[in-house]
Amino acid sequence: MSAVIGHSGHGGTVDAAGHEHAHEEHHGAPHGWKRWVYATNHKDIGTMYLVFSFTMFLFGGVLALGIRTELFHPGLQFVNPQLFNQLTTMHGLIMVFGAIMPGFVGFANWLVPLMIGAPDMAFARMNNLSFWLLIPAAIMLAGSFLMPGGAPAAGWTIYAPLTLQMGPSMDAAIFALHILGASSIMGSINIIVTILNMRAPGMTLMKMPLFCWTWLITAYLLIAVMPVLAGAITMTLTDRHFGTTFFNPGGGGDPVMYQHIFWFFGHPEVYIMILPAFGIISAIIPAFARKRLFGYTSMVYATASIAILSFIVWAHHMFTTGMPVTGQLFFMYATMLIAVPTGVKVFNWIATMWRGSMTFETPMLWAVGFIFVFTMGGFTGLILAMAPIDIQLQDTYYVVAHFHYVLVAGSLFAMFGGVYYWGPKWTGVMYRESAGKFHFWTSLVFFNVTFFPMHFLGLAGMPRRYADYPLQFTDFNMLASIGAFGFGLSQVYFLFAVVLPMMRGKGAIAPQQPWEAAEGLEWEVPSPAPFHTFETPPQLNAAGTKIIGAAAGSAH
Amino acid sequence: MTMRAFTRRALGLAALAAASFAAAAPAVRDLKGGPAVNQLNLPPAVTQIAEDQQWLHHFMLIVCLVIFIAVFGVMFYSIFKHRKSLGARAAHFHESTTVEIAWTIVPFIIVILMALPATKVVVAMKDTSAADLTVKATGLQWKWGYDYLSGEGAGIGFLSTLDVAQREASDRGAPEGDDYLLRVDNPLVVPVNKKVRVILTAADVIHAWGVPSLGVKQDAIPGFVRDTWFRATEPGNYYGQCYELCGKEHAYMPIHVKVLAQQDYTAWASQKVKEAAAKADDPSKVWELAPLVARGEQVYSANCQVCHQANGQGGGNIKPLDASPTVLDADKTKQIHVVLNGQGGGAMPSWKQLSDTEIAAVVTFTKNHWSNATGQIVQPSEVAAARK
Repeated sequence: MSAVIGHSGHGGTVDAAGHEHAHEEHHGAPHGWKRWVYATNHKDIGTMYLVFSFTMFLFGGVLALGIRTELFHPGLQFVNPQLFNQLTTMHGLIMVFGAIMPGFVGFANWLVPLMIGAPDMAFARMNNLSFWLLIPAAIMLAGSFLMPGGAPAAGWTIYAPLTLQMGPSMDAAIFALHILGASSIMGSINIIVTILNMRAPGMTLMKMPLFCWTWLITAYLLIAVMPVLAGAITMTLTDRHFGTTFFNPGGGGDPVMYQHIFWFFGHPEVYIMILPAFGIISAIIPAFARKRLFGYTSMVYATASIAILSFIVWAHHMFTTGMPVTGQLFFMYATMLIAVPTGVKVFNWIATMWRGSMTFETPMLWAVGFIFVFTMGGFTGLILAMAPIDIQLQDTYYVVAHFHYVLVAGSLFAMFGGVYYWGPKWTGVMYRESAGKFHFWTSLVFFNVTFFPMHFLGLAGMPRRYADYPLQFTDFNMLASIGAFGFGLSQVYFLFAVVLPMMRGKGAIAPQQPWEAAEGLEWEVPSPAPFHTFETPPQLNAAGTKIIGAAAGSAH
Repeated sequence: MTMRAFTRRALGLAALAAASFAAAAPAVRDLKGGPAVNQLNLPPAVTQIAEDQQWLHHFMLIVCLVIFIAVFGVMFYSIFKHRKSLGARAAHFHESTTVEIAWTIVPFIIVILMALPATKVVVAMKDTSAADLTVKATGLQWKWGYDYLSGEGAGIGFLSTLDVAQREASDRGAPEGDDYLLRVDNPLVVPVNKKVRVILTAADVIHAWGVPSLGVKQDAIPGFVRDTWFRATEPGNYYGQCYELCGKEHAYMPIHVKVLAQQDYTAWASQKVKEAAAKADDPSKVWELAPLVARGEQVYSANCQVCHQANGQGGGNIKPLDASPTVLDADKTKQIHVVLNGQGGGAMPSWKQLSDTEIAAVVTFTKNHWSNATGQIVQPSEVAAARK
């Protein structure tokens, strides 16, 4: 982003504590392509992650619009059923592994060192590798459309034994997922080591901003479950090519075992995609309520509880596979239990707002929008957790509505809020408030126009991943398609009215502290954040939110 | 009803804008036992389980609505009152263990209260014992096979496929009819007020058999057997679709359950049993090559293809049949022996349960398909001899 593209002039001139910096020559940002290819600076890598994730988001969005175009009207008009299945599969894979997950890693790269007063991520070169691994994986994934037989068409969950019928693109996707998994694991190790070892003196764990906490827990989840996914898809690969029959009933394999392994990864994955969002919201709400976050400690414990519970609920994705009564009951109870810590989080946010002194700049709008719409997704989650109701709703559009309420209105809205909130710090440029508000309101309205009718379609029994449908479902599908195009266009508006101007440095200059009451070390450094920050550990106030001087011996 | 008419009109207006973009939406009416136009809720229940599911759903909706109003009432009150622009000054409280414990325990209790009625329904749903009629449903790419295993009509079996005209209409982009994509050639026929146990499996990939009005949905998994049940309380036609992504034609393998009054069912079943008996093979018949190969192809795709593949190449420890020495051997008894008794310690199972005609047909088929061109014909009598 701008700062980023042309800020070598600012870089290194003033360090965090305000000292003239002696080593500008050595510490300024490198120039040209080498700066990005050899990047070891957490801010540059963070920027690349965010740009990558937004690119994949637009690509995945185009695939979604392909789906909605075909479903606008019953009958096949634009794509054949095989291509339709490819679109749904690739939309899911790209949004989950290409857009949401790298997006949050981008936030972590930019913010974790700034928030804890560290000079950079712990393993700078591994950080570079974990970003650049994304590129071949993304190319392989997107390029699979051009392979014989087209892209994988077995759904983003790539259930066996349908995967055995896929063409060579399935192998490309498996390889891509392996690489993405390796990248995620490296990123997680980096984040954990950075948070545990590189906090400034006085920044105790329980003083860290909640965003660091949620990412710390997320990173552990990633390390725990990415290898599980790798195992599942490796077994799929050997089933496909090397004559094993892990999941192939033709040789005594068990297709349901694949689902157990996949969802043992897949359910924690859901929380991997939402916990950092909780962290972002927990930063924004107090800043614009001008009041400290209510119940910080309980927020940390609630996050940890959600993470632990996420390991024992996986089979609620499988109620229709035919589990014994006790299995269904156990997974139903465990799933419903997750509502408790999630509820605690929502209550804490509202208690933070209560008797605050609120203003509603764009980041706050996204945060409040997040709470409102995400909670609706939470309610439908509770309804789906009830095994008897899930029998009716499993694999219908109700499920599609539910997970878009938590993934789009949850993860994505939180990231948008984060971009508006920290964007001025990243780029040194303020976005236009009117543009931000327009983006928010159009996104919110069109999101609901798209996904709310899907609840009705699901209750009426319309199965998901259908290229064509009975005529009774026509009106709601039309409505959803119109909403989807509106939502897509408002993201194009976001690109041209917010992202590009900020990256090109066009707009009002952002002050060091653009928000009246935002707290945290990231607001203690100038805007845009200099290329190097906290090269010497800062001395913090008691709350760990302000710099009161450099540590002894750090003056140049 | 007026409420329903009202919502429908409102939705109609909303959809009007949509409709004006495309060609006018095809005229369609509610399908009884299937989806209604712009249906907003679960369909009318025809089984006790479906009724319980609806009750639970409404119960959950009410509880969630109450929580929704309480939580967001507070939030929006705060949003409108505690604004800087109204002169609100921020309070300083930021912690209260009492409050945290309270809002952990209260949701916990609510969750338990929700789980109790659901538990009862789960237990009832899973009780497939003491069925009056047992039907096996087999998911195939992309149709359903039904075999009546026990109860009145045992022995009946047929395939159920989407109406070809509807499939073509889909390709043309010209859908029409209230039962678009739901009309099949042979519906599953069952008697009213009888406990019907449906046993599910699949021949290729995972499918899912679900009928919303009956409150059932169960995955059909290749290599495994699962079951579910329903007891329909009203005669009529009930529709469902495949609910697990199963490949290209996933949207085109609907389910149609026809529930008949007891005497109508009895009449239908005895008619079907008679037809089946008339079609049964005479084991002493002497076959020509072509019809026997055609018959064998059906047997092959129903029983052998899962492992040996359509191309006869097998895979892994499944031996290829194409160019197999056993298949090509001039001594026909060698292959008949393998099919009857299995080999490789069960890797190739025994197929004794197939009829002499079926085994004769499938052996003849493999001997005269792919690159195999032996010209050999195996007659049912030869299989009967090999059984001894």
